[in-house]
Amino acid sequence: MADTTVEKTNATGAAGAAWRGHGAARRSTHTLRLRVSAALVAVTALAVLLVPPLVQLDQQAVDLSAKLLPPGWSHPFGTDDVGRDLLLRCVYGLRVSLLVGVVAALTATVIGTAVGATAGALGGWVDRAVMRLVDTVSSVPHLLLGIFIVAMFRPGVWPVVVSVALTHWLSTARIVRAEVLSLRSRPYIDAAVSGGASRWRVAVRHLLPGVLPQAGLAAVLMIPHAMWHESALSFLGLGLPTHTASLGTLIQGARGSLLAGQWWPTLFPGLFLIIPTLAIAGLAGVWRERINPRRRSELML
Amino acid sequence: MLELRAITAGYDRRAPVVRDASLTVAPGEAVGLLGPSGCGKSTLARVAALLHRPDAGTLLLDGTPVRHWRHRAPRAQRTAFGVVFQQPRLSADPRLRLTDLIAEPLRATGRREEIPARVPELADTVGLTPDLLTRRPHEVSDGQLQRACLARALVLRPRWLICDEMTAMLDASTTAALVAVVEDYRAATGAGLLAVGHDRILLDRWCDRTVHWDTVAPAGKEGAVPATPGR
Repeated sequence: MADTTVEKTNATGAAGAAWRGHGAARRSTHTLRLRVSAALVAVTALAVLLVPPLVQLDQQAVDLSAKLLPPGWSHPFGTDDVGRDLLLRCVYGLRVSLLVGVVAALTATVIGTAVGATAGALGGWVDRAVMRLVDTVSSVPHLLLGIFIVAMFRPGVWPVVVSVALTHWLSTARIVRAEVLSLRSRPYIDAAVSGGASRWRVAVRHLLPGVLPQAGLAAVLMIPHAMWHESALSFLGLGLPTHTASLGTLIQGARGSLLAGQWWPTLFPGLFLIIPTLAIAGLAGVWRERINPRRRSELML
Repeated sequence: MLELRAITAGYDRRAPVVRDASLTVAPGEAVGLLGPSGCGKSTLARVAALLHRPDAGTLLLDGTPVRHWRHRAPRAQRTAFGVVFQQPRLSADPRLRLTDLIAEPLRATGRREEIPARVPELADTVGLTPDLLTRRPHEVSDGQLQRACLARALVLRPRWLICDEMTAMLDASTTAALVAVVEDYRAATGAGLLAVGHDRILLDRWCDRTVHWDTVAPAGKEGAVPATPGR
């Protein structure tokens, strides 16, 4: 601050230009990040929505004459150790992983918001009891708890969704409760109480709309995490059946061939996991900057 | 009759903000409560409006003691009070348009059918033009927002008005307009008023009777009164 003042007194024009230049550069990387992330997410969504209906894949068909071909024209991503085309299996796997990620993240956010809002809005002993329960559940390592839940069911997509959802609502519950507690002491809640609003109406009309941006952000940030969890469970052999293409099962199946020097069956599913993750995280970052009140008031001005 | 008897209240039981405060407001009477900043007069106003449960003391509403505060109070008792706070920015939900802000108590009490008639009428009374009604709180000035907050306080036709430093952040003309609206309402309905403030001249001219905090809570003087920020 002192530096800029000195600079300004010395050469007002130069300092002003430097300031503006810096701001413009930041803004341009900001829009670049937004556009790249949005484009990647759009491509991913289109790929998983359009490719499977257009190109049918028999998950169990093998072609041993074409096993472990390196990337080439007929198979852009190469083939795996039983001759299946990796590109197609990667897209199918991404579809399963995204489905699990989105559904589990949404479920976890709904549970977390409900629990957090109940605790925050009711307060008192309900709040203490619920938050002790949250602490108890979160004291168990969540991958372990997830393995425990998934092991109770037959392998499939839905047990994985249930397991990821039931282990990931805790952070959302904490965020939502903290936000509700800060909103609850505002005078406009007093005004609503004085206007005859019931507890339910105060929660639904005044508290929940205030926490929805935070809860939505938590949900978006949860999608990549849930995808990673699906892959981890499948990699451990607990998630999806091994013939079903998912990013986790693909990487797990390719482990043996990696040691023999075939890098492509591991690299491409790994990229398919990392790139959408980074894209979604980038979008969430832009969103987080938007809902920051100071930033939002700047945008309004 | 609104009677506060030996009210002790605060946000921490060991260090109450208000000690042994007593105050009476007769129906139709306007009482001004004067006091320095941080003495606890806003807390007392919140107690009187059933928004803050006191640690000790009784509040008599028309002769019957009040036993429940906030959501636990019967709805008819809660809505008998219209409350206007000091800071309109904080007392308006930032997501609601001004028309929804004013209509919210009607919706909350299940009287939606009165909205089309009552809201424009009240907006006209407090001096809000129809184009302001479609805006959200961040798009209007503090004075305009406080007008909307006063309209919200009047929409259920309360028998008691609690104005907690209603005009402290406003200019003289808006202050005069809001006081005139309150006085017109009281003349029409005979509602009682408890006006809290630190502007002696304003309260003397506005209210039938002005009481100083030292006479309301004589015990509070010698005790070390912790100043609560913002109240």
